[in-house]
Amino acid sequence: MLIGLPHYLTVAAILFTLGVFGIFLNRKNVIIMLMSIELMLLAVSINFVAFSVFLNNLVGQAFAMFVLTVAAAEAAIGLAILVVYFRNRGTIRVEDINMMKG
Amino acid sequence: MIVQAILFYIFATVAVASGVLVVSARNPVHSVLFLILAFFNAAGLFILIGAEFLAMILVIVYVGAVAVLFLFVVMMLDIDFLQLRSGFVQYLPIGTLVGLILLAELILVIGGWAVSPSIPSQASALAATGGVALTNTRALGDILYTRYLFAFQVAGLILLVAMVGAIVLTLRRRADVRRQSIAAQLARRRAETVEVVKVPLGAGSD
Repeated sequence: MLIGLPHYLTVAAILFTLGVFGIFLNRKNVIIMLMSIELMLLAVSINFVAFSVFLNNLVGQAFAMFVLTVAAAEAAIGLAILVVYFRNRGTIRVEDINMMKG
Repeated sequence: MIVQAILFYIFATVAVASGVLVVSARNPVHSVLFLILAFFNAAGLFILIGAEFLAMILVIVYVGAVAVLFLFVVMMLDIDFLQLRSGFVQYLPIGTLVGLILLAELILVIGGWAVSPSIPSQASALAATGGVALTNTRALGDILYTRYLFAFQVAGLILLVAMVGAIVLTLRRRADVRRQSIAAQLARRRAETVEVVKVPLGAGSD
């Protein structure tokens, strides 16, 4: 019944998979896609922290903090872009985002 | 130990369940709220594993800032979310397939992998600090402000750039709104605004 590293890694793996699944499932909604990315980053930081604790190396927790930083910056910029896009085009449907013909 | 196991399973189950609801909720506002729940339970997992500082950071940064940001944007944009969900069933099979394959791979990797016994144990790590048990926050600060100082500074810079970028992106000058310009008012001189005209008798002035 001892909770070990594999338990935490499994939870993180399931959360990461849910993030990928969410991106596939909500192909038209950018907001939910951003939330799925947040979920994946959360899974990554759970991995970092679990390894850091079970390998007795604090570097993992330091890097989990950096992951958190990048996630916050990414959410802020992504949502700002979304707001500007909505202001200009009146929609955020993913298939309408084709002005750059990419 | 049994209490820890029970708490772990509760936190893990709720986190995974709210993760499922994040990606499948009909209303994006509910998605954001379930995201907050997932973050809270991840913070619980962090506390359970002994990373209190990161747990608090997770609650403050994610729940206090990022999730509220999401909530603002979801409520601010006037979007027909039902229309955005129209391809949901169409993408369900491929999404499930990819997700299951990825999950199976990850579980296989985790299952066929073990920590090397040569890794120093908790006791020897404690001995390395001179037998003094540091708190998690203190230990993290020790490492963050010495070995990873530059990375820490770069993280601060990233946040600064993100802040400036978000403001620059969303700030707009509206042309149809007339605002008072105090500088222009103060810069006015008599010579540019008042004109003395010599009017000939009986001719008038325009």
